[in-house]
Amino acid sequence: MQFKTVAELVQLSAHENKPISEIMILAEIEVSGRTREAIMQEMYRNLEIMEQAVQRGTMEKVASRSGLSGGDARKLQAYIKKGKTLAGAEVLDAVSKAIATNEVNAAMGTIVATPTAGACGIIPGTLFSIAPRLQATREAMVRYLFTAGAIGYVIANNAFIAGATGGCQAEVGSATAMAAAAIVEMAGGTAEQSAHATAIALKNLLGLVCDPVAGLVEVPCVKRNAMGAAIATVAADMALAGIKSRIPCDEVIDAMYRIGKTMPHALRETALGGLAATPTGKALEAKIFGGPLKGKSE
Amino acid sequence: MKYRSVFDIIGPVMIGPSSSHTAGAARIGRVARVLFGRAPERIDITFFGSFAKTHKGHGTDIAIVGGVLGFDTSDKRIVDSLEIARRSGVSVVFHIDEEEEITHPNMARIKLQDKEESLEITGISIGGGKIEITEINGFTVKLSGNSPALLVLHKDRFGMIASVSNVLTRWQMNIAAMEVARKSKGSEALMVIETDQDLPEDAVREIEAIPHVLKASLLSL
Repeated sequence: MQFKTVAELVQLSAHENKPISEIMILAEIEVSGRTREAIMQEMYRNLEIMEQAVQRGTMEKVASRSGLSGGDARKLQAYIKKGKTLAGAEVLDAVSKAIATNEVNAAMGTIVATPTAGACGIIPGTLFSIAPRLQATREAMVRYLFTAGAIGYVIANNAFIAGATGGCQAEVGSATAMAAAAIVEMAGGTAEQSAHATAIALKNLLGLVCDPVAGLVEVPCVKRNAMGAAIATVAADMALAGIKSRIPCDEVIDAMYRIGKTMPHALRETALGGLAATPTGKALEAKIFGGPLKGKSE
Repeated sequence: MKYRSVFDIIGPVMIGPSSSHTAGAARIGRVARVLFGRAPERIDITFFGSFAKTHKGHGTDIAIVGGVLGFDTSDKRIVDSLEIARRSGVSVVFHIDEEEEITHPNMARIKLQDKEESLEITGISIGGGKIEITEINGFTVKLSGNSPALLVLHKDRFGMIASVSNVLTRWQMNIAAMEVARKSKGSEALMVIETDQDLPEDAVREIEAIPHVLKASLLSL
């Protein structure tokens, strides 16, 4: 039950008449030699850690050491309760829960890397907002993570998932694409629709650079996770409506890889370019670390 | 395939803020600790590439030290690792190298030492918390951590591979991958054997007792 591309994954799903999540579980059993129970149990544990981070970020006052992030998830939750949102309470709930997770991450709290820590908000954010609305069971929530994992597995092996190698498109881009596919499956869509959702989501984040202010996973990472959750939800809706990506999913992933390969060093997690190099970005860096990061030792 | 398990993608459970710069760094530190076999007296850490630029913001420094102290990626003590090292009398020195040609943007070299021994490893953090060890004591290796690995440092003599594999056969261990690296003919060599199952401690001791074997260590990431 092995797959290297999204096309193979969709084909396997159709041929076996099983959802993407089940294909991923079977592949994991085969590769690891572990039992289904052990694999499911580990994913249940990951789900619990994610849930705790979402709760902590939306209920408690979370603040990072630098002071650059924290408290925005709560602000958004309070705003939603007023009932006058423009984007809609559903989308904003996912956005708020994504922010919550990233705020906990920035505060050196416990999170699950999905696929990375810098992009850890998008998958739990969408999951804990959409699951209650679809009245999803706990098992369906765990399956959401396997579906997301299957897409991430293809991206990680054919392109990259680290900002230092491929820019933010490899992190937030991958996480958003993974979430879009998982939402589709949870909502009852087909594997093919999941592939289109993946492609639509990733296309909208191609070229996104990794330019963290002061090298911290805070600005702009937290807000990029917020928008990732919104894009994933909309991309899933589009795919469920029957809209198709003109460029096949695997070719979009390959485009992401080629763009990342030509991305300059300054825009790949070195804190030398983009937002990190703006006057305010540099001023914040100086304020936090007492000077520029470049070449500095302890 | 660089990533083999779904838990490489949905995971690890970790202390923030960065999977490559924090969790991956902690794992490289932990490999150094496991290979050294005990707490060192002095830790020297050299950062290259993106690690050199953003290690402070991402807590790469505290994560590597946490790993060397034996902490897992989700261990909350990572946050206070520098203080814990100081209190236990371990000296920690950081270096920045922006000159050396690097193969990957996230690279670190760790040297551990005490009065008897020293160990130096180089590791790269490839994303999502996954790492590769590229150098051990000057030997070029490629250790992914996908499977448990046995590392055997031995004198470069004939029959060494046969002697070691004999022990593995007796313990019914299946070899997934094997690599032998040496610095020069007749000097020391390093055998890296990835196995399908975790090797029992007794088997490792048995391998260590083979003539000309200097050291055998087990690595399970």
